[in-house]
Amino acid sequence: MTRLRSAAELEQLRSAIVSSRNPARPCIAVCAGAACHGQDSQLVADALRAEVDRLGPAAGVELRVTGCHGYCAKGPNVVVNPAELCYFEVKPEDAADVVASARNGTVVERLVYRDPVTGEASARMSEVPFYKHQTRLLIGDNTRIDPMRIDDYIAAGGYAALAKALFKMTPEQVVDEVKRANLRGRGGGGFPAGQKWETAKNAPGDERYVIVNGHEGEPGAFMDRAIFTGNPHKVLEGLIIGAYAIGSHQGYIYTRHDSPQLIRHIEQALAQAEAHGLLGQDILGSGFDFRVELHFDVGIFVSGESSALMRSIEGLPPEPRPKYIRTSVAGIRDKPSNLNNVETWANVPQIIERGAEWYAGIGTERSKGTKLVSLSGHVVASGVVEVPMGTPLRTIVHDIGGGVAQGKALKAVHFGGPMGGSIPADLVDARLDFDELAKLGAPIGAGGLLVMDEDTDMVEVARYFLEWLTNESCGKCVPCREGMWQTMRVLENITKGQGRRGDIERLEDLNDVTSAACLCALGKTSADPLKSMLRYFKPEYEAQIARGEKRDDAAVGSASR
Amino acid sequence: MNEVVLQIDGKEVKASADMTVLQAARAAGIHIPTLCHHEKLEPFGGCRLCMVELETRGRKSWVVSCVYPVAQDLVVRTRSERVDKIRKVILEELLAHAPNSPELTAMAKVYKADPNRFEMDPSFCVLCGLCVRYCDEVKGAHAVDFIERGADREISFIPEVASKECWPCQECFALCPTSYAQAAYFLTEALAFPGRRKASEAEAR
Amino acid sequence: MDSALLNPILDQHRGKPGDLIHVLMAIQHQNHWLPREVLLQVAEALEIPFGRVMRIATLYKTFSLTPKGRHEVQVCNGISCHLRGAKELMAAIERATGVKAGETDADWRFSVQSGACLGTCSIGPEIIVDGTHHVRMTPDQVAGVLEQYP
Repeated sequence: MTRLRSAAELEQLRSAIVSSRNPARPCIAVCAGAACHGQDSQLVADALRAEVDRLGPAAGVELRVTGCHGYCAKGPNVVVNPAELCYFEVKPEDAADVVASARNGTVVERLVYRDPVTGEASARMSEVPFYKHQTRLLIGDNTRIDPMRIDDYIAAGGYAALAKALFKMTPEQVVDEVKRANLRGRGGGGFPAGQKWETAKNAPGDERYVIVNGHEGEPGAFMDRAIFTGNPHKVLEGLIIGAYAIGSHQGYIYTRHDSPQLIRHIEQALAQAEAHGLLGQDILGSGFDFRVELHFDVGIFVSGESSALMRSIEGLPPEPRPKYIRTSVAGIRDKPSNLNNVETWANVPQIIERGAEWYAGIGTERSKGTKLVSLSGHVVASGVVEVPMGTPLRTIVHDIGGGVAQGKALKAVHFGGPMGGSIPADLVDARLDFDELAKLGAPIGAGGLLVMDEDTDMVEVARYFLEWLTNESCGKCVPCREGMWQTMRVLENITKGQGRRGDIERLEDLNDVTSAACLCALGKTSADPLKSMLRYFKPEYEAQIARGEKRDDAAVGSASR
Repeated sequence: MNEVVLQIDGKEVKASADMTVLQAARAAGIHIPTLCHHEKLEPFGGCRLCMVELETRGRKSWVVSCVYPVAQDLVVRTRSERVDKIRKVILEELLAHAPNSPELTAMAKVYKADPNRFEMDPSFCVLCGLCVRYCDEVKGAHAVDFIERGADREISFIPEVASKECWPCQECFALCPTSYAQAAYFLTEALAFPGRRKASEAEAR
Repeated sequence: MDSALLNPILDQHRGKPGDLIHVLMAIQHQNHWLPREVLLQVAEALEIPFGRVMRIATLYKTFSLTPKGRHEVQVCNGISCHLRGAKELMAAIERATGVKAGETDADWRFSVQSGACLGTCSIGPEIIVDGTHHVRMTPDQVAGVLEQYP
């Protein structure tokens, strides 16, 4: 791989790659995202490879194994480019037909999307309901890029933003661009990224760090993995731009240990970027040095909390620090550390390339850009979805998601996992917006949208979240460790029909103190799902408690006779 | 050293800029309850009993005074309806594990905490961390540490280390608000390295 | 654990306390569990108190302080799988294997693990056995699936 020593050399490489490729030549993209991989997409890819090889040089088609396309429920997914023909639930036996269709420009009718009511076929991505309502600025490239080949990313325009930042902008101008774009954190906090960058940049110290939070511990959120596994260079490019802006020469990627594919793709991306001089010493001949280390969480939710994450990188137990010690001022080894989520970093290249005004033109007044949403639960079309901020939840659940599974009625929509809340079906016209949803009690969080049908037990959901959290907290502070456990026990008793008078007051008191007194966001927000339940679903709770009281009364009655 | 002036319970308090609110309060003779705090140890911020109410520009917030740094013109209240409620519920949560702890029982009277409010789980340890932190920070022996996580967290005397370090020391026993540390050590000794008495007498000879 | 396998790992990280997690991961991956004698050597090599090694080793679900069975069964316990019936699925797994999450059966055939969202919500509820996904599982399918793993 040639080491690139200037922006011009990068462009030369890009032209060389692009001109060596025939854009009209069909390319069969097989999704190897987590869910497709779990449904043996590897066997499909092998069968397609065997068929292409069998045809030899006359094949005239290419095969590319890519990252997550998004339509996880209908995998294994195959997209034939450039026509953007979408084939679903593809099996190894379909290989010959798929390859033939790619070569001949025909359509394999049995593999395309069909409307469940009318049976009408939609062959192209622009016609498939799941895809057509999306704005796929981040995930769109996933059907075109093999994550193990940096050439694909460069051919798609990759690293042009980095070159622009390094050679045409000062670090201050880069920070300013991100501030004016109003990019808000996508990991759950929704904090203005540009502001955090500025704090880390200006904080006193001789060294500062940038960090990718790829922990993605929120249950029901799988979009970070989709982007990071499918297009690791996009995240890396954002990180390098951020490092340049902040003045950091050492970056950290913190991610999960349990996806070998993710680890392989990140390691490959780091190695290939370095080989090309896009990472490491003297990036693109600019004089800017930047190195990246890879670290892993080995299985606890709290280590996704930024200060706990930093302790973990230091080799210490992942115990958070209070928020008034800002990590952007004192983070890893007490040095200024700017941490952002995978999706936040992935937004940066396009902001630099196309400008803050363009970015701020998408979304609502205070929530800009697009958001990746992991759509799951009782929904028909579950997967990774990308829509502009401001999109009504109804669009996501019904138009994109195909509505509630098994024809049932929608009862609630939950955002933010164990740190979020549920809102009832009659609020489904609420818009995807940080502040609007936070006010309703269902903050976006990482963007995991759970659809709940009419049979969902809302007491059980709150109990589940608390039980889950009691196992995932570090255990340091009393209101989290004890408060969550006691809250869970009350809810458990209610779900077993052993509710007692005074349970609601007990729950409200526990919630109140947990929200106010916990050390970190995990504890503080652990009360939020239950809060939303008591706000919108209190009658259901009261009814379950009453069932328990009736049983007690009955037992007392029979004993006293 | 820089000096700041802050207000605690309506009283003007002078403090040096590197102090915490708790230190400033104590220096001024103002009481704030604590459990996991100890002068010889780094502030822990685990029990949350020392939480106080701050008021800035009309907005209230609640912080742990053992960690929170003083600042010029900071307005602090050591008691309020919210602060008292926080302390009451925290005490009730701790009493569920150690209903007979003298320190907890004394504080419970002040804040009218009901030891039977929540489900009992008589593990006796309130995980204040005094033993772990003292052994780590003051003795450097590392004979006892936390294990597990979340609601399953416990302290554990590490037999390989405790068998050498603890008998001549025993300093953490007196720090423990529930006497659990002592019990945990002796249980560990009995199960993991019995014969300590004989061994230490042999050594003494 | 065979010292020929352990020593290269320790040598790579000798004197670097910050590398504890990397070392434990490597040992877990190689040996499938963390024997206490090995952890004592880790403490010595990385110059960390043994108590801290134990703290980290017991904190994380990935690390096992007891030998694991031949087959690792991970049952997804994320919210989406929960909504789709993971609780009933877990109960069926417990009945079929005879053990609960975090345990290994007496024949060392199955180690069952639960807790994290496995990130493949669209195909849940699911279990992963030795890295193979078994998707859209129902309780009545459990016996048939586990039969494949002697």
